[in-house]
Amino acid sequence: MLNLPILRWGQPYTSLDQDTVVHFITGEALARVSQANAGLLGRDMRLAPRARKVLAEIPIPELIGLMKKAADLYLNDALPMGDGEQTPDEFARHQSASTGLPEHMCKANMTKNHFVLSRMDQILDSLTRGLPTEILTRGYGRESRGVMVSYQAQAPVLGLVLPSNSPGVHTLWLPVIPMQVGLLLKPGPQEPWTPYRMAAAFLKAGVPKEAIAIYTGGGDIGAEVVRRAHRSMIFGGTATVERYKGDVRVQVHGPGFSKILLGDDVVDQWEKYLDVIVDSVFLNSGRGCINCSGIWASRHTREVAAALAERLGPVEPKPPEDPTCGLAAFTVPGAARSIWAIIEAGLQEPGVQDMTTRFGPRLVERERCGYLRPTVIHCDSPDLELANTEFMFPFVSVVRCPQEQMLEKIGPTLVCSAITQDQQWQRRLIDAPHIDRLNIGALPTLKLDWLQPHEGNIVEFLFRPRAFQASVEAVAV
Amino acid sequence: MRTATPKVGLSARVQDATERLDAHVRDIIEWHFNHETGCPFWLDFASTLNWDPRREIHCFADLRKLPPFEDEWLRGGPIRRWVPKGLGHLPAYVFETGGTTGVPKSRLAMEDFRIDYEMFSETLPDKYFPRDGNWLMLGPSGPRRLRLAVEHLCQHRGGICFCVDLDPRWVIKLIKQGRVNEVEMYKAHVIEQAVTVLHAGHDIRCLFTTPKLLEALAEELENQGTSIRGLGITGVFAGGTEFTPQFTRFAMEELLGEGVYMTPTYGNTLMGLACSKPVSAEDGYKISYYAPQPRAVIEVVSFEDRDRVVSYSKTGRVRLTTLTRETFIPGFLERDEGERERPYDAYPWDGVSGVRPFRQLAGTTTVGVY
Repeated sequence: MLNLPILRWGQPYTSLDQDTVVHFITGEALARVSQANAGLLGRDMRLAPRARKVLAEIPIPELIGLMKKAADLYLNDALPMGDGEQTPDEFARHQSASTGLPEHMCKANMTKNHFVLSRMDQILDSLTRGLPTEILTRGYGRESRGVMVSYQAQAPVLGLVLPSNSPGVHTLWLPVIPMQVGLLLKPGPQEPWTPYRMAAAFLKAGVPKEAIAIYTGGGDIGAEVVRRAHRSMIFGGTATVERYKGDVRVQVHGPGFSKILLGDDVVDQWEKYLDVIVDSVFLNSGRGCINCSGIWASRHTREVAAALAERLGPVEPKPPEDPTCGLAAFTVPGAARSIWAIIEAGLQEPGVQDMTTRFGPRLVERERCGYLRPTVIHCDSPDLELANTEFMFPFVSVVRCPQEQMLEKIGPTLVCSAITQDQQWQRRLIDAPHIDRLNIGALPTLKLDWLQPHEGNIVEFLFRPRAFQASVEAVAV
Repeated sequence: MRTATPKVGLSARVQDATERLDAHVRDIIEWHFNHETGCPFWLDFASTLNWDPRREIHCFADLRKLPPFEDEWLRGGPIRRWVPKGLGHLPAYVFETGGTTGVPKSRLAMEDFRIDYEMFSETLPDKYFPRDGNWLMLGPSGPRRLRLAVEHLCQHRGGICFCVDLDPRWVIKLIKQGRVNEVEMYKAHVIEQAVTVLHAGHDIRCLFTTPKLLEALAEELENQGTSIRGLGITGVFAGGTEFTPQFTRFAMEELLGEGVYMTPTYGNTLMGLACSKPVSAEDGYKISYYAPQPRAVIEVVSFEDRDRVVSYSKTGRVRLTTLTRETFIPGFLERDEGERERPYDAYPWDGVSGVRPFRQLAGTTTVGVY
C-alpha cells in the first residue's frame, strides 16, 4: 500500500489523520492518504507568494518546455507516488479502482492530459491571443501592434478543489504553471492520483518544488482553499455553483446540462444524427459536464428516444479492466441508489416515460459499488422535472419542445450542439448568453477544441488587463 | 481529580475508586430523593416510580434501574424545579447549552462550577500556569458556564481574568445560512479584541481558548511579527471535540512551540470538565480524557445498547453521569463518540479517547464554530 503525504509547497508532511483509498470491487487498501487540518493549510499560505516568485524566475517559454517534458514523463515513466512508485499502467489501474472509471477511459484521460501539456505553446498563444509571454511575467509590455498593455496577476497561486469522480477535468489547470502561477491542489478523496502524478512529472521535469502544494482532506479543506486563495477553481454540484455565484475570486465548474438541439429544418432526418447523439451521451460513461443530457426537438422525439434506448439500453456493467467496458461504477456507498431514487420520483410525473425499461433494471448494486445502466427518458414537455436534469452516468432526456421556445426553456447550457441550417435561429443561438460553448452542426458535445477557452478563459481569470502608463526611464523592471 | 502518588498497585486503586464511587452514589441518591433536600423534579419523578431509589440504588451500577434520562427534560421551566431544597439558601446560576434555535437546555448551579475548576486547577503545572498570573478568556461567553468558570479558575490561582465577548449561537446561525464572510468578520472582531488586550501591558500569562480561535490568534500575532509565546503566554487551556491528535500536534509544533504548555480538555455545562492524560509526541499525540470521578462519570457504551459498556479500546457513544448535590443527571447520552480507555495511575477509572461527534448526529451538528 502506498502512503501519500501532504505536500506543503514541496515539503512532504505525514499527518496523524489518514484516509484509506480502497479498490471498489475487492476492498483492497490502495493508499493511505494524509489528511490536512485547515490551520496547516492556512499557515502555509504565507509561502504562496514564493510560488510565483520562483516560477517568475523561469521564462515562460522555458516553462512551456518543461510542460512538454512533463507530458512525456506523465504518460510514459514510472514516477514517485508517495513513499512508492507508480508505472503508467499502475496509475490507470489505481485510478480506475478508486473512481470506478474503466481502465481504458483512465488511459484515454492520460492521453488527453499529455495532448494538452505537449501543446502548451499553442494553447497559451491562443488563450492569450498572441500576447508576448514576457508581459505576463513583467506585468506590462508592448503588443506586436505597438500598444502598451498590462496584465496583472491576481493571485500568486491558483487553488483547485478537485472532484473524485471525473478525472477528465484536470486539463483545465495544466496551463497554470507555465503562466508562472503556483498550484494549490486539494484532490478529491477518491482521486488523489492525478494531482500527485502530475506534480511528480512537473518536479522531475524541473519545475521548482516550492511552486506546488497538495492538501488532501475533507470538505473543510476544500472550503479553506477557496477562502484562502485569491483565485480558485472548484468543481461541484448545483449547490456549489449557487454558493459561489458572483464571487469573482472563484471559478465554479458544476453540472453542464449540455444539449443537442435539432432544428425544425433537419429534425425529419433525425436518424442521420443518431451516432453523434449516442457518442455525446455515452462516451466517457456520461460522466462529464460536456456529455449530452438533453436532446430537444419539436417532433419525432418519441422515435429518437426509442432509437437511443435501442442502442444504449442493453449496455451492462463489465469489469473495469475489460477494454469494452463502457460504464463507470459509483464507488461512494449508496450514491447509485440515491440517484435512481431521484429519477424514479421524476418518472411519477405525467408525460415522462423511461424508454429503457424493457432492457431490464437500470440500478445494479454490488457489494461495494453500484451501477446505473444507460437511461433514456422521453418528456412530452420542457416543463417536466426530468426534462433538464443531469446525472453522472449515461442519462438523457429527449424533450419535445417547439423550436421557438427552446432558447427560452433550455436554461444554462455548457455545450450546445445545434443541428440546423436555419440562419435566423443560428443568429439567436450565437446571441444566447446562457449557452457557453456553441457548436453549430452535427458535432458531438464532447468534441473540444483545446485552443478555445472552457467555461471562462483561465488567462483572464488569473490576470487582470488594466491601464498602464510609464515613461521609459521610470520603469526599472 | 488527581489522586496521591500510588503506593499500591493499579488494580487496588481501581477497586478503591469504585468503592468510593458507589459510596458517593448512595450519598447523592439519598440527597436528591429525600423530601428534605431533593429538588422538585426528582421528587416528582420518584413519585411516578413504584419503587424507592433510596432503597434500591446501592452502587453506580444500580443507576441503570432508573429509566433513560431524556435531555428534553432540561429544556424549559420552571428552572426552580431543579433547585435542591437543601441548597435553597444559596445564590443560584443558570447555565445554558445549545439554543441557536428553540429552547436551550439549562443547568442550575450554585458552587459546582467553582469546585470543578478548583479540582482542575490542581492538574495545571505551576511552571506554565503561574500562580498570580493573569488570564485571557477567549471563548464563548453569555449564558455559558465556561465564562464564569475560567474566570474563577484564574481567581482561584490568584490572577485576574480578561474576557472577550463571543456568541456561538450567532456564529452557528451565520454558518447555517452560508454567510461565510460574516463568520470571518466576526472572528476577526474577536481576535482583534484579544490582540489589543494582549498588547496592553497586562502581563497575561495564561489563555483559555478553542482550537479555531487558537489558530486565528496565532496567525494574527505572527502577521504582526510576534507569537503567543512572544507575548509571554506560557499556558494554554483549550477545549473542543476538534482536538484531534493531528490538531494537537500542529498546535504544539507550529502554533505554540517550545515553552508553551497546552492542556486539551473535554467538557460541557452538564458534566464539568474532563482532564486529559498528558499529551506527547511519543504517544502519537493521543488524547485520553478522564472525568472528575466521583462527581461525574464517563462511560463508553454500545451504540445499540446504552446500558452496555464496550470493551477497552472499542468504540461507543459517550454516556455521562453527573453526581453532585446540585445536579443529578444519570446516564445522559452525549452527542459524541470515542474509544474506551483503561484506568491509569493518576485516574484509576475508565476514560475516553478519540472523542468526536457521534456518527449518527455528525451531519446535523455544527461543531468547531468558535
